[in-house]
Amino acid sequence: MSEWPVLSTVTFLPLVGAVLVLAIRGDDEVSRRNIYHVALWTTAITFVLSIIVWTRFDTGSSDFQMTENVAWLGGAINYRMGVDGISVLFVVLTALLMPACIVASKLSVKHRFKEYMIAFLVLETFMIGVFCALDLVLFYVFFEGGLIPMFLIIGVWGGARRVYASFKFFLFTLTGSVLMLLAVMAMYWEAGTTNIVELLEYPFPESMQTWLWLAFFASFAVKLPMWPVHTWLPDAHVEAPTAGSVILAGVLLKMGGYGFLRFSLPMFPIASADLKTLIYVLSVVAIIYTSLVALAQEDIKKLIAYSSVAHMGFVTLGIFTVTEQGVQGGIFQMLSHGIVSGALFLCVGVVYDRMHTHDIGAYGGLVHRMPLFAVAFMVFTLANVGLPGTSGFVGEFLALVGAFKVNTWVALFATTGVILSAAYALWLYRRVILGPLVKDGLKSIKDLSRREQLILAPLVALTVFFGFYPKPILDVTAVSVENLVTHTLSAVEAATLLSTVVP
Amino acid sequence: MEPTLAPSFDELIPALPEIGLAAGALVMLLIGVVAKNSVRIVTGLALLLVGGATIGLFFVPLSEPIFNGAFVLDPFARFMKIATLIGSAIAIVLSIGHGRREAFDRFEYPILIVTATLGMMVMVSAHDLIALYIGLELQSLSLYVLAAIKRDSVRSTEAGIKYFVLGAMSSGLLLYGCSLVYGFTGQTSFEAIAIALEGGVETGLIFGLVFLLAGLAFKVAAVPFHMWTPDVYQGAPTPVTAFFAAAPKIAAMALLVRVVVEPFGSIVDQWQQIITFLAIGSMVLGAFAAIGQNNIKRLMAYSAIGHIGFALVGLAAGTEAGIQGVIIYLVIYLAMTVGAFGCILAMRTADGMVENISDLAGISRTNPMMAILLALLMFSMAGIPPLAGFFAKFYVFSAAIQAELYPLAVIGVLASVVGAFYYLRVVKVMFFDESVAGFEPMVGEYRLVVSASGAFTVTYVLFAGPLNELVQTAAATFFPL
Repeated sequence: MSEWPVLSTVTFLPLVGAVLVLAIRGDDEVSRRNIYHVALWTTAITFVLSIIVWTRFDTGSSDFQMTENVAWLGGAINYRMGVDGISVLFVVLTALLMPACIVASKLSVKHRFKEYMIAFLVLETFMIGVFCALDLVLFYVFFEGGLIPMFLIIGVWGGARRVYASFKFFLFTLTGSVLMLLAVMAMYWEAGTTNIVELLEYPFPESMQTWLWLAFFASFAVKLPMWPVHTWLPDAHVEAPTAGSVILAGVLLKMGGYGFLRFSLPMFPIASADLKTLIYVLSVVAIIYTSLVALAQEDIKKLIAYSSVAHMGFVTLGIFTVTEQGVQGGIFQMLSHGIVSGALFLCVGVVYDRMHTHDIGAYGGLVHRMPLFAVAFMVFTLANVGLPGTSGFVGEFLALVGAFKVNTWVALFATTGVILSAAYALWLYRRVILGPLVKDGLKSIKDLSRREQLILAPLVALTVFFGFYPKPILDVTAVSVENLVTHTLSAVEAATLLSTVVP
Repeated sequence: MEPTLAPSFDELIPALPEIGLAAGALVMLLIGVVAKNSVRIVTGLALLLVGGATIGLFFVPLSEPIFNGAFVLDPFARFMKIATLIGSAIAIVLSIGHGRREAFDRFEYPILIVTATLGMMVMVSAHDLIALYIGLELQSLSLYVLAAIKRDSVRSTEAGIKYFVLGAMSSGLLLYGCSLVYGFTGQTSFEAIAIALEGGVETGLIFGLVFLLAGLAFKVAAVPFHMWTPDVYQGAPTPVTAFFAAAPKIAAMALLVRVVVEPFGSIVDQWQQIITFLAIGSMVLGAFAAIGQNNIKRLMAYSAIGHIGFALVGLAAGTEAGIQGVIIYLVIYLAMTVGAFGCILAMRTADGMVENISDLAGISRTNPMMAILLALLMFSMAGIPPLAGFFAKFYVFSAAIQAELYPLAVIGVLASVVGAFYYLRVVKVMFFDESVAGFEPMVGEYRLVVSASGAFTVTYVLFAGPLNELVQTAAATFFPL
């Protein structure tokens, strides 16, 4: 292919930026500014390139586009890249959140600024790579590789219990992933290829599907995270620096959902159909239980972390309904949650930079001193609740519609989560923003600076825009999702037909 | 073939690197005894010899078994010998800087490394039980002395004695195994044993095989024959430990691979369970026992036990993919280990050498390059992509899956997660903890070795394809089409 390999450029440009940052010497103010600008420009250009990918993407086709194929490990394992309607927007989401993270870290990261930026740029390469990879082994390399920078980000720049949180994050994720790795190998020996495009068509034997599905489930359930393996997430979120939380909630969690969509559902349709009850139960428990847990939290970040688990419950629920609405809803929910939860963590970062605490009790009445902040925080809180007119609504609604088509009881229980999310989110808003401003420390707190406005304003705009006009996103995903759903359903149908014919 | 005692000159050509090393070692010995302050000359000569042997290996033609079937230079032997020689050369390089600062300047050291290397090369090429034993003993005896080379250190002499006593016992086991195999097949040549086994296998021979494997497991430090490793690693002077951890492991694994695949290739079922047991034991013990260690050399000892366990997973598969996995694992293990030991050698404060993990605290501030490189090596050893260590594990586990050894693979990957914990602990100490006192800057030799090792670890992902092709030719030795 003589075309310019645009996906590889998007993926590896941040890495180039990291090398440039590495080359900057010195520890003074000037070099710090240089590092910041290199990092910012790298992520900005990456974002522009990701937009180009989006515009060049043909929404009328469910095929993988902008594909690349280069020999790599030998045998059937090649370096393959490409995007379809499911993955392309995650690339954009990642590239969108990164500049915000860089800007948000400009002042809040006091020490080891250079290493911090390198870690983030390397992380961006791995994250974008995950969504672009069209080879199982390559996918795994990107998927796991992100652990290293994230481990360091939490561990070096994190809060008081950062060591515990970083180890927990690393070991939880790794445990799930190594089981997936074995499944990847088994698929390689069974199908003779690790090309995702070919594997999507390969009919894995029914008995094998269950094991493979479970192995992938182990990895993605931890990553997403699903109840009951979510416990690493609140710890990681609380201890991670602001930008780390943004990336964690905004992108890393989405890899789990993406994995379900890319692998579990289309490659193991029969196992997915057999085990969907498991997913429904875990999703509903996640939605209700973690919402209740969120209600009891004293720490803003922990509360948002638990709400993330609840929201991811809608994602898994939507995906495994195997209806167009459900899957579309799942994807939309992931994208929306990526923006909204990322923005919520940025908001927490704003007050944290001023007060150096996440304690809800330390705040109150911020609206009197920080009106702009109060508005931004309100938009994201309402989006988190899923209020119509915000992007959070569209995803949740579609996912619930999908669930309703499949199982009324599941939909009923899941819907209570919407009410619970309103309870904890609005209560949080009341405790932090509203009420009288009585605490002395807060009396001189300043409103959003120009830099902070610059980060939050686009996210507010996107949240509202996609709430009213979700079509640009749904258009991109529609054809691929339709293809995914028909493919999956027909595979299940064929299997059931076969089992009725052959008793 | 009529046995002839006097080989023709042509027959000697494939063994020229070995002959050169043997002659060179004698010359070095003479110089060392006669000349004053001979350490530098002898060290230089040793490097020259090892380097020459490496280059020589590229030029000498591959051969059928020579010396009446006792010695073979096939693609596998050539590949493994080159890896072994590189390991030895790096060990010599690492000792230079150490010798300058620690009064570790005995001319015997490079000579013993050369004789040990000679033994390893014979091991790798051994095609006969007797050649196997000769190579193994030459290597082992040199290593015993090396462990105790710091004569006035109690630790070092203790390590030497321990290694010698246990090593002698394992050699005894091995010899007993050899004699049983000989007794039940009437042959010592690998080829002839393989032919003799075609008619079926007797229980006595299985006994021989078990003893033989036990002896070899001792040499590679596989559980349950690993007891000597932590003490020897800790007690021996650090450059010696660096040598122990790299080259001898590769040679011994190469020998193990050849022994099980060539003479006993037809009775896979018999040895597969033994190797599986060794692999599981080593992986699990290596992972759990390392957690409690505070001394970084002991940590590396358990890490080495674990790594050998992972490499054995590939061998347990017994397939071509498995052997490829073993070879790739060993190459990557070599690269990572020498780098890690380069860093350990550089752990030197104003008061002298230190070797506790806590001494590494906060060195990301004081010695950033060393911290970053060591962290990369630790992540790589833990098997995190995209670093080389991941691909090492990938190939062996992939082979195990192909051979349908699912329990082995599952236990193995879970052990690797447990193992990741203690590698992460080293990273944590370096990056998350407050710094105590910085180390002196790395000397040039260490910097060279550590950067090369780090570069290999990071860039392996780029040239994995071409390297795999070389490995394929090496592994294909045992699986002719």
